[in-house]
Amino acid sequence: MKIPYRIEMEKRLEENPKWLPIVTSLGAIVLAFLISGIILALIGGDPLRVFKFFYNAAFGSWGALSDVVVKATPLLLIGLGCGLAFRMKLWNIGAEGQFYIGAFFASLVVLVPLVPEDSPKIFVLTLMGIMGMFGGALYGFVPGFLKAKYNVNEIITTLMLNYVAIYWNNYWIFGKYSDAGFQMTPTFDKVAWLPRLADLARKYPAFSGITLHLGVVFGLIAAVVIWLIISRSRWGYVISLIGDNPKAAKYAGINITRNIILVMMLSGALAGLAGMSEVTGVVHRLQERISTNYGFSGVIVAWLAKLNPFATILVSFLFGALIVAGREIQPSGLSFFIQGTILFLVISSDVLLHYKIRLVRTTEEIA
Amino acid sequence: MSFEVILRSGLSTGTILLFAAIGEILTERAGIMNLGVEGMMLLGAMAAFKTALATGNPWLGLLAGIAAGGILSLAHALVTIHLRADQVVSGLSLTFLGTGLALVLGEGLTGQNAPLIPSADLPLLANLPYIGRLFFQNFNILVYVGYFFIPLSWYFINKTRPGMHLRAVGEKPSAADTLGINVVGVRYFYTFVGGCLAGLAGATISIAINPGWYSNLTTSGQGWIAVALVIFAQWNPVRAAMGGYFFGMLRRFMLDLQGPMLLLGFRNPFFYNHNLVFFLQMTPFLLTIIALVWGSRSATRKRLGAPAALGIPYIRGERGL
Repeated sequence: MKIPYRIEMEKRLEENPKWLPIVTSLGAIVLAFLISGIILALIGGDPLRVFKFFYNAAFGSWGALSDVVVKATPLLLIGLGCGLAFRMKLWNIGAEGQFYIGAFFASLVVLVPLVPEDSPKIFVLTLMGIMGMFGGALYGFVPGFLKAKYNVNEIITTLMLNYVAIYWNNYWIFGKYSDAGFQMTPTFDKVAWLPRLADLARKYPAFSGITLHLGVVFGLIAAVVIWLIISRSRWGYVISLIGDNPKAAKYAGINITRNIILVMMLSGALAGLAGMSEVTGVVHRLQERISTNYGFSGVIVAWLAKLNPFATILVSFLFGALIVAGREIQPSGLSFFIQGTILFLVISSDVLLHYKIRLVRTTEEIA
Repeated sequence: MSFEVILRSGLSTGTILLFAAIGEILTERAGIMNLGVEGMMLLGAMAAFKTALATGNPWLGLLAGIAAGGILSLAHALVTIHLRADQVVSGLSLTFLGTGLALVLGEGLTGQNAPLIPSADLPLLANLPYIGRLFFQNFNILVYVGYFFIPLSWYFINKTRPGMHLRAVGEKPSAADTLGINVVGVRYFYTFVGGCLAGLAGATISIAINPGWYSNLTTSGQGWIAVALVIFAQWNPVRAAMGGYFFGMLRRFMLDLQGPMLLLGFRNPFFYNHNLVFFLQMTPFLLTIIALVWGSRSATRKRLGAPAALGIPYIRGERGL
């Protein structure tokens, strides 16, 4: 028996209504949670209880909420960097490595040390920020250069460099700057700690134990800067042009090689800044596993936000909640699975933005 | 540290990369890039281990691993072929999905002992002097399957009619369509085959070569190395297999390098300063990059390269390849 209907896809010619991408993204998120719930129920869990726990772990108290923002901070910075590179169809999957190298370079300021002993806090932190961005940019330069000069696939190189960065950091953590043989460096002096809300607890007791640190401000500033670059500068136009039509860009006399390298470096610098913010704002030392897959979640964040800097802020907040809740949840792979499902559904729903989908009766055609 | 040990170990662990890379070659030859190999491998490894544990039969485990990889790949096929989504992003999300699913379903498998695919001698060839001992004695049966795969896949792609259809779809789908080849069907099929082989590669880890379930450390990035091997091998299964064996040997060599106190008459730095081992662990990844640079340059020189339609969705009646 043949089904008398056929699905037909037709390109959308008119501009999409503004609400459509938002609706499809939200729909994808809701559907992802539904699917995860079904999987949970299938393996014998109680999805409602788990999701309630999820909600409480992420939004149940001011402390939990501040943890969410703390986790969202590196995601925001990385998501912005990846989003910029993706605009140019440069697949920087190496934010994880750039994050680690940024953290390493920033930590050098304290570990070597590169500053005299009684330097003012603002000087130490500024230098650490610059070093973090420098480290990340350097680590973005390598795949950018290889892509631009030798047309080496940047997906693979950035991925391979992720592993290299982790081993590189391990050498210094275990070998050179180990704290009495432990797998971490000694705790940094207070001078290298980013200010936290908890620091104000003496004046405002409500802030005691609130871990929110200055890093989130870096993220917000970066979002504005990236937005300015993308939508208000000539460079932003060039980036989009190279992404959409590299041939036209080349005929227009745009130096593609230079732009590939620059964008990869900026993308890496943002991931490096995220690494700096994490070592100075959260762990206060260099250690193993400072990233819980921020680099990869950042890719999803960028994509879910449709590469829009302000949407990235919202989405990274949501993913921060997923990570915070995911820490305390069993089975441990669940938040990973939800992230994957969300991304999958988002890219599937993109088809609704580009095509109209209709059911057509095939019997009519025959008659 | 002996050459024989390194070679034999390389042939064993290289088999994992061989399966995954040949699967990815078949998929990419049809014009579909699937970067989800790592996720499909991990899911395959988990499914194989769990099934072998539950049924007590490693061969059922092997089948389950193959099926798991194949089924997961169908998600990629659906999203990229019918919904025309970006293949890079879809492949990445497939990695997430496979990894997450494997971790969720693999909860509590760590530390268990499942029945394994046995080792054996290959009849007749095992009796060859010297060669027999190096290549055909006391290997896991899957290693011999790997040997068999190399000429088979090469012959299939280059010398058979369905192989020609496969290449046509990857190079110029519109022309293939005109000749009556079912482009969508071919792409679905080879995405599925690639997924099955990635699942097989995962099963080869968990119930044959490096048995056990160690959550996401089970594959530890080998799926990505397989993807890189495909580019390095310029979409040629024989080169991919050689690359896989080479990487396997390299891994064993790195391990053995840490053993002796003296190295070529010098104090072995890796023996005396154990932290230098981290630099050894970096080398496979750095070598992958170097191999890629080298491969990309020679590909440009010889005008060899990716299948022309790789990564481009095919829409009948629209401009494009």
